Amino acid sequence: MNDLRHYETPLLPTPFHARTEAACKTHAWANWGGYRTVTTFEDLAMEHSAIRNTASVYDLCPMIKYRIEGPDAVAFLDRLTPRNVAKLRVGSVQYTVWCDDAGHLLDDGTLFRLTETRFRLCCQERHLPWLLDSAHGFDVTVTEETEEIAALSLQGPTSAEILRRAGVDIDALKPFRMMEVPFGMGRLMISRTGFTGDLGYELWTTPDLALPLWDHLMQAGALHGLRPIGSDALNIARLEAGFIITGYDFIPAHVCLREDRLRTPLDMGLGWLIDWEKGAFTGRNALMKQRAKGPDWAFVGLEIDGNIPADGAILYRAQKHEAGVVTGACWSPTLKRNIALAQLRADLVKSPDLWAEIYALRELHYAKMMMRARVVDRPFYTPARRTLTPPARF
Amino acid sequence: MYDAVVIGAGHNGLVAACYLARAGLKTVIVEKNDWIGGAAVSRELYPGFTYSNCSYVSSLFRPEIMRDLDLPRHGLQILPYEGGALMTRDGGYLGMFRDHESNRREIARHSRRDAEAYDRYARDILRNCRLIRPMLMRRPPDLASFHPRDLSELLWLGRQITGQSEAALCDMLRFWTMSIADFLDEYFENPAVKAYQAVGSIIGTALGPMSPGTAYVLLHHAMGDVDGNVGAWGYARGGMGSITRALADSFRAAGGEIRAGVGVQEVRISGGRATGVVLANGDEISARRVLSNMDVRRTFLGHVDRKELPADFVKRVERFKTRGSSGKLNIALDGVPRFTALPEGAPNIKGDLHFTDTIDQMERAYDDWKAGRFSRHPFQDVMIPTMIDPTMTPPGKHFMSCFVQYAPPQIEGKPWTDADRDAFAKTCIDQIEAYAPGFRDLILHVEVRTPRELEAEVGLTEGNIFQGELTFDQMFFNRPVPGYANYRSPVKDLWICGSSTHPGGGVMGAPGRNAAREVLRDLRQPVDHMSDAYAIV
Ligand SMILES: Cc1cc2nc3c(=O)[nH]c(=O)nc-3n(C[C@H](O)[C@H](O)[C@H](O)COP(=O)(O)OP(=O)(O)OC[C@H]3O[C@@H](n4cnc5c(N)ncnc54)[C@H](O)[C@@H]3O)c2cc1C
Repeated sequence: MNDLRHYETPLLPTPFHARTEAACKTHAWANWGGYRTVTTFEDLAMEHSAIRNTASVYDLCPMIKYRIEGPDAVAFLDRLTPRNVAKLRVGSVQYTVWCDDAGHLLDDGTLFRLTETRFRLCCQERHLPWLLDSAHGFDVTVTEETEEIAALSLQGPTSAEILRRAGVDIDALKPFRMMEVPFGMGRLMISRTGFTGDLGYELWTTPDLALPLWDHLMQAGALHGLRPIGSDALNIARLEAGFIITGYDFIPAHVCLREDRLRTPLDMGLGWLIDWEKGAFTGRNALMKQRAKGPDWAFVGLEIDGNIPADGAILYRAQKHEAGVVTGACWSPTLKRNIALAQLRADLVKSPDLWAEIYALRELHYAKMMMRARVVDRPFYTPARRTLTPPARF
Repeated sequence: MYDAVVIGAGHNGLVAACYLARAGLKTVIVEKNDWIGGAAVSRELYPGFTYSNCSYVSSLFRPEIMRDLDLPRHGLQILPYEGGALMTRDGGYLGMFRDHESNRREIARHSRRDAEAYDRYARDILRNCRLIRPMLMRRPPDLASFHPRDLSELLWLGRQITGQSEAALCDMLRFWTMSIADFLDEYFENPAVKAYQAVGSIIGTALGPMSPGTAYVLLHHAMGDVDGNVGAWGYARGGMGSITRALADSFRAAGGEIRAGVGVQEVRISGGRATGVVLANGDEISARRVLSNMDVRRTFLGHVDRKELPADFVKRVERFKTRGSSGKLNIALDGVPRFTALPEGAPNIKGDLHFTDTIDQMERAYDDWKAGRFSRHPFQDVMIPTMIDPTMTPPGKHFMSCFVQYAPPQIEGKPWTDADRDAFAKTCIDQIEAYAPGFRDLILHVEVRTPRELEAEVGLTEGNIFQGELTFDQMFFNRPVPGYANYRSPVKDLWICGSSTHPGGGVMGAPGRNAAREVLRDLRQPVDHMSDAYAIV
């Protein structure tokens, strides 16, 4: 594609496009950050079932990636994020968030420590100016490298076996650790991470090796139920795992118009990430203040009566006082429960009297329901195989 | 005997008249020109070609007014447009795209950092829009008054402002007073990106992008919308004159009367009250009240007996800044010009085109204005609405609208001459030719308008396109002058309803609507036929 004529392709193909297009029987495509991505390849239920029963591949390429490199990389990232980066070993991955000075969340993501001085930050939103400005005074370079990396998520009970069959000695790899193997003319980085809450891996390589990687995996997975999944199936799995998505479960500060919609890590139940002792990080003072008085909001998992998903439902206390909003919901095929993630007024987390107002459009009429909602622990679903090392055979 | 006579059939006069007529007031509009529309006018100056002779794009025109007055049913259609490009001196360009990702990739061609800075910038502009939009359809409070309505308006304003966090308040105050150059420096690094974003901050303004106050002018151009798409601009199908044509139709349908071709000589005043108007041909029209759509200086310094006005008021009106800074070329074209920087078939040509690629260059253009000259390298906002609108020209032919900054009200202290005007036109055409070789050969006809023509024809004092500059010192309760932001004047029953009043210029309709509302309030007439501003949620 001629760079000047980029506008002719507002939705770019990812490096896996030749394969995803062939596999996408529904033609259900969606825009994810300017890329063509599949919402459902063939059948949503089959795709979700593959995540929990066999294995799935999901094209991760549109995830935004930054390379952070330099002698001060650790110091910089320790300043940028509330988590302790100095404790992150080379070859490890950290789930993390970062905030503006007021402590409001900008994004969440995963931080990969590739070497002593080189990191990769993967996230949903674009932050180059923020990262560059934050890097002032640190000896680091920050480079946006989204298009330089092709990434595929391989998730499900048979995923380890598929990697073994693909010739990768995966048995020693623990959760949140990564390894590198030669692949084709280049290299393949494998991290034991994912967004499904199940046994799974994320595979990272260069775009030229994308199609060989896909083919190699498909071949290795032929007898192990491997199938491509779209973002709809992934969304059900991530809800079951209780993971949040920036822009869905909270509005990132740099695009948030309404001040009352800003959220801090404490509001979002992410206080456990914060290392209060490590010293200064952006947003610390504001968060300290908030910690002292307690956050106004909580982020919770809910189980809701009935079987009708409560997407976008308003939550009430005593069926009449507004208490919050459901940010994501589904009927969980794995748990056979009606689950939801929600922003809830912090003072009501323990309330036994919470209700979700659900409108179900059925043949042009709304069935309007007030359903009882109970705050439950997250993750809703966390199978033992997720962390077992070496992974069980299936 | 009329209930109301409106001086001037500009869009604000028409809007006011429509609302009055719909409330049952017997209303007449007197327009000096043979045609109506003021600065929202479309005339055919070359056979088969309809021009937008003054204003050329629509965004500010309030949708509440379009609905109240049934304008779509009277023929009004606003067309969204795509595209836009700023040509750079090195032969490249920076395009504008409606699609978010295309726009990001386009900026990334110039600066990857700026590409990712755009969202935060857009958020901040939009935040300010959300603050100001509710104020457009309200009468500003008089700060010195203890009238319950003023107090309640003041309270409302206070609540809007105190509803903000301290940080947002600081940002708002900075934004309303700072220069666009400083504002953009907080987000962007690339000169072309900044130059493009600065476009809306100097249009119609006798300020340069480095002058304080220009960030607000940007907001004034960003606070409108096309069908809820805030900041977007569109074309009025058939030219901007179709807005005033639809208003005139709506007015007549409500029983209104328009008398065009003879202007008002003087507002008739007796016993301190306006009782009608005397026309240039000596005719008199009696009315219970007079609304002037002329700018505030023309109204009070030209058409009202000074003896009827307090000296202090006159002095304030004399000081009201109406410095002209803009000119315009309206061009009939034999075909589509080919801009060498743009790829063949690029959609950008359907939008706004510019040829100044740095803030510095724009500021230099302003330096010429300060010295009393038109800019040697002018800033132009060039559009070819016929790329989208099939009704204005024969197929394959085009109408090009070139809005130009800066053109001073006088050339080095002397009135514009025809030779000055022609030199101005040549400068603008040469600039386009440099980016689109062969452009000149496509020209069938050019209408050139300097501040001289704008003043003579539309009556805009000194050629100021907004009937008074949009600087903070003459906005809100200070527009046009303190104590008279309520559309009234020192003369009882003489009202002002043009762009000189809150919330200011542009084809917005809000001044006319707000003025009519005040008139009806005074009459204790119901205003059910007027929508409040659509809620911002
Ligand atoms: C060149 C140019 C380009 C512009 N571009 C845009 C644009 O693209 N988009 C936008 O939103 N805005 C634009 N504007 C601004 C906008 O057009 C004006 O602010 C707006 O149209 C003013 O409307 P008005 O009704 O307040 O007054 P006017 O349009 O000024 O109307 C005043 C009317 O009074 C009449 N009049 C004057 N004296 C007398 C008299 N003695 N007796 C009777 N009648 C009299 C005039 O003829 C005129 O019809 C532009 C303006 C100009 C001049």
